[in-house]
Amino acid sequence: MSPKYSTYFASIDSYQKGGVQIIDDNIKNFVFSNIYEVAATHKPYERIVVGKNLDYTLEVARAEGASPWYACAHDEFVVAMDYNVEVHFVELAEPGSLDDDRDGAVRLAGQPPGKKIGKVILQRGHMALLPEKTAYQFQSARPATLLFQTILGQESVERWNDICLK
Amino acid sequence: MTSALQMKVDSTVTGFKVFTIGSFRFERCEYFAYIHWPQGSHMMPVDAFLRALMRDIAWGFFYGTVNFDEVVGTTNHYGTVDLFAGTLNAEYKASGKDYLETFPSDVLMKLFIDMQNDWTNSGFDPFAAPQETGEAWGRKNGSNREAIARKRQTAKRMIGVPGDTEVRSDANGYTVNRAFLDVDQSSPEIVEEPGFTNRIHAFNLFAFLSRSDVTWNPSVVSVIRQSLLCPTTEEFILPIEHGNDRVEWFLQVSDEIFWEIKDGQTGKIRANVVMKAGDVCCMPADIRHKGLSPKRSMLIVWENGSPEIMQMVKNGTVPRVGVEF
Repeated sequence: MSPKYSTYFASIDSYQKGGVQIIDDNIKNFVFSNIYEVAATHKPYERIVVGKNLDYTLEVARAEGASPWYACAHDEFVVAMDYNVEVHFVELAEPGSLDDDRDGAVRLAGQPPGKKIGKVILQRGHMALLPEKTAYQFQSARPATLLFQTILGQESVERWNDICLK
Repeated sequence: MTSALQMKVDSTVTGFKVFTIGSFRFERCEYFAYIHWPQGSHMMPVDAFLRALMRDIAWGFFYGTVNFDEVVGTTNHYGTVDLFAGTLNAEYKASGKDYLETFPSDVLMKLFIDMQNDWTNSGFDPFAAPQETGEAWGRKNGSNREAIARKRQTAKRMIGVPGDTEVRSDANGYTVNRAFLDVDQSSPEIVEEPGFTNRIHAFNLFAFLSRSDVTWNPSVVSVIRQSLLCPTTEEFILPIEHGNDRVEWFLQVSDEIFWEIKDGQTGKIRANVVMKAGDVCCMPADIRHKGLSPKRSMLIVWENGSPEIMQMVKNGTVPRVGVEF
């Protein structure tokens, strides 16, 4: 009989951090944080940078209630890391209003005028494309953790001293 | 009386080919791979050697250095490749027993592929976890070209987008791995308004990972310019020590991995890292690392493949750490 395995995933309300044992280095060099702790300890939809490689970023947000509307000149990707989150999409009536040279997500003043494209309901582990020049909004009935692959922009918040092992 | 520091390997008995390139010579017997160079020789268990060789082939020499063990490895210069013995080992280096030759990448790659093909016996899968493969040992016994010719999936934009790399399923031969039978296989619910077919896209990343048929071999699931999200499933031990030439970020998705962090040049231990689900950690650009995963786990490796970084590597200006704070 084959052994039975249990896969352990964490969540915003149940996580345990690992850590770094330094022998001959500086713990800061490892920029060690935990995405669920970041989501649990920040305000809804603050996009906290947890990984940065030149201008590319991995960002984490606590989803809770309805988010502001965003759009971006380039593709972004989001993964629901624990609980269900809806993503609603609206076609930008004037996609040219988005600056092609501006990287990262841009917060819009409200729901933009334009046709509804649809929505996707993400469960844990589901990944969605946030297509370039398309407005999007998140809705979550309970606190949840979102992971973004994107580029550093005006919504990106760097709080390395707060989130990393020191 | 004469002495000989080289072990005797009789390839006419074992049936395996002998490979040479420059002043390096490679031989295998029933249990070991032998690497010879002008100042010395080195032995590795052949299963470990073939697992390491497989990663170096699959990753196209990867970013930076692929240490097969503490003595032998390759360093990628993106067009040429160093093959070395002892170069990144403090004791070999100090005693002058180290040796390095540089080859055109395609020349060394051809030799490695030929060696992998000839030395991999039927039933041994160097990509697989030890519990999921037959043995590497013994004399020449067939081959396993189907297993070692597998190509990693690399999305151009995102897995599953029409025209891009397809989502894994039973139908295309990717069954759920024995260690991930409890991973939810649902698909995201997508609601499209009339006139907007295929404008929205989503897929189950964790289910995709649960169906990985290899270990320690990242796929590319999403791409923003040169930002590559490369998740992978890990079990047992990373078959190489990866020496970074740029920073590399890890995000542990499930379960846990132990990382040994050593100095990239000397191999001396610098840190140990335990990553649990949700942990994010950056590998500095001057270390080598080896992962140990007691249970098959999911890991996101996040890479920056930009030519700008390659140029920074070449001129020595690449950042040593991911973030300074």
